[in-house]
Amino acid sequence: MQLAGLFAQVLNGLQYGLLLFLISSGLTLIFGVMRVINLAHGSLFMIGAYLAYALAGITGSLWLALPAAVAGGALFGAALEYTLFRRFREREHLDQVLLTFALILLFEEARSALVDNQFHSVAIPAMLDFSVRVTADFAYSAYRIAVLGICLGVAALMFIGVERTRVGSAIRAAAENAEMVDLLGIDARRLHTLVFAVGTALAMLAGALAAPLQSVYPGMGDGFLIISFVVVVIGGLGSIAGAFWAALLIGLIDTLGQAYVPQAAGTAIYVLMAAVLLFRPAGLFAKG
Amino acid sequence: MHHISRRGMLAGAAAVALGRRAIAQGAPIKIGLMLPFSGTFAALGENIAAAFELCLAERGDRLGGRAVTLVRLDDESDPAKAPQNVNRLLERDKVDVLIGTVHSGVVMALVQAARERDVPLIIPNAGNVAATRELCAPSIFRSSFSNWQPAYGMGKALAAKGVKKACWVTWDYAAGKESGEGFRDGLRSGGGELIQVLTLPFPETNFQPILAQLPGLGVEAVGSFFAGGGAVQFVKDYAAAGLREKLPLCGSGFLTEGVLKPQGAAADGIQTALHYGDGLDNAKNTAFRAAFKQKTGRDADVYAVQGYDAGQMIAIGLDATKGDATAVKPLATAIQAAKIDSPRGTFTLSPSHNPVQTIYLREAKGGENRVIGVAADALADPGTGCKMNLP
Repeated sequence: MQLAGLFAQVLNGLQYGLLLFLISSGLTLIFGVMRVINLAHGSLFMIGAYLAYALAGITGSLWLALPAAVAGGALFGAALEYTLFRRFREREHLDQVLLTFALILLFEEARSALVDNQFHSVAIPAMLDFSVRVTADFAYSAYRIAVLGICLGVAALMFIGVERTRVGSAIRAAAENAEMVDLLGIDARRLHTLVFAVGTALAMLAGALAAPLQSVYPGMGDGFLIISFVVVVIGGLGSIAGAFWAALLIGLIDTLGQAYVPQAAGTAIYVLMAAVLLFRPAGLFAKG
Repeated sequence: MHHISRRGMLAGAAAVALGRRAIAQGAPIKIGLMLPFSGTFAALGENIAAAFELCLAERGDRLGGRAVTLVRLDDESDPAKAPQNVNRLLERDKVDVLIGTVHSGVVMALVQAARERDVPLIIPNAGNVAATRELCAPSIFRSSFSNWQPAYGMGKALAAKGVKKACWVTWDYAAGKESGEGFRDGLRSGGGELIQVLTLPFPETNFQPILAQLPGLGVEAVGSFFAGGGAVQFVKDYAAAGLREKLPLCGSGFLTEGVLKPQGAAADGIQTALHYGDGLDNAKNTAFRAAFKQKTGRDADVYAVQGYDAGQMIAIGLDATKGDATAVKPLATAIQAAKIDSPRGTFTLSPSHNPVQTIYLREAKGGENRVIGVAADALADPGTGCKMNLP
């Protein structure tokens, strides 16, 4: 009985953690490679969710929204990098914070004007609108399981892309030593556009996947933004593997905390972050 | 300070008072409708206002012998703008009576103004208990409910079915907490027990960690307070988690109010308690629903009923004072003594000015919240902490 409850909570934690990974992997890449603090990353998640809401409303199905979020996110991210972030890369962190905070306000106003300030639910695709028993008395919706699978698939693609390809090694190199990449003759500007496009696409995909699970509502990305920064700090700046394990860890701590020690649930992950900053400032999963 | 001395003068000088009365009867009485006409609660505000107007129209748009001027103000459900909005109605528009509002945070500014300036206020929705408990005042009435009431009815109905142990799931905010206390008191009244309250921060919707705990709690039923989009997501997630067969879900009526369509089959069979429901069979309700439909083209809902009854209450008060809204004591005494012939069924008002009303047990089926019985008869909010001396 109690063991079954624990199993269900671990599953909840993994599912939450994997979604967190989609959001924070983009954030950590952008931070690691470009050294830009993007506070608007949570808004990108929100935009993905609202895109799913709008497309599901028009087409009657979520399926189109997922590729649209990826493609639209990549284009949108590239455009943001080309027009704005490129000009702020050499600026102080304070300027970057002001820029990205302004973007949050702009995106929220645009959402308010284009849609409204209400909660909206997004229907689960009919094909996956059934539940599967995971313990004797707890079931999981098939869609939730599909999200789990998609997140794992994307994580695998990210690993291969970053660890096994030429572009990936350039990205890793840029995260560790930006000057060295310049010296090697790699076009850093194209690399930055690529990284920002991928990061934005991932955040918007996460939003689109999450829309049927959470509904869409104003400020829905705020909580995710803060937790994503915690993931980036714990995992180590610019590290995809670090973000993956940190996201799973945070997902599990947060979920199990809510279930078993609700009094401490709100603070546990921040205590962990503070400890990591104190004792392993390069990140819990940093090499060496 | 200023208004107290003025009132004192009036009390002393009968001639002045008579003069004011004469002026009062000549000019139209101004009623300020401070409601959300934009944003999340716009539909609620529109229904309240339309039903209030309907009630006035039935009286030839005259109250206490005076013509009526309505001043609409959109409060946007924004607590930060509330004090300024109330001030605009009172200072710029010089309204004599306040009607408002939906949002619990915004209503506090109205309550404060009504207390300080002795202006009659009728609250047509916001259920925070304080308005008719520790912050009660002769000038403040409510035509809706206190958060405590519907949940108490649900708890009582559950206990009557033999449920001994239940839990309460809600957002961590005032309405959730106050309704949880009602649920607890209702369960206790029938020998049941509330063994745990599970909350998540407003307006988060990651219900999974809470849902996975429910089977292990050893409860026989789950009660909850959510509203709007949060209620849609919660009901759908509850069904998807396969909990419905072993742990029936129930709640305050708002769990399934106005959201049955997006909830779909996931809501079927959910029992809730509220002071209104579909299929209430009384002549007043039939006539009201027909008139409301004719005026607006929409079906009446609980919010429309509350707006209509706010109109009935202020009409009774102003009739008693011949249209003098400054005569708060006789106005309040008249409303207090009245039986309000409401579409929800007749109700009276408790000493702290909250409706003493029947809470119906409803069951969601085929897109309706069908009334299937009475959860609590003539239920009054306890009014704890209300210190108000009325004659």
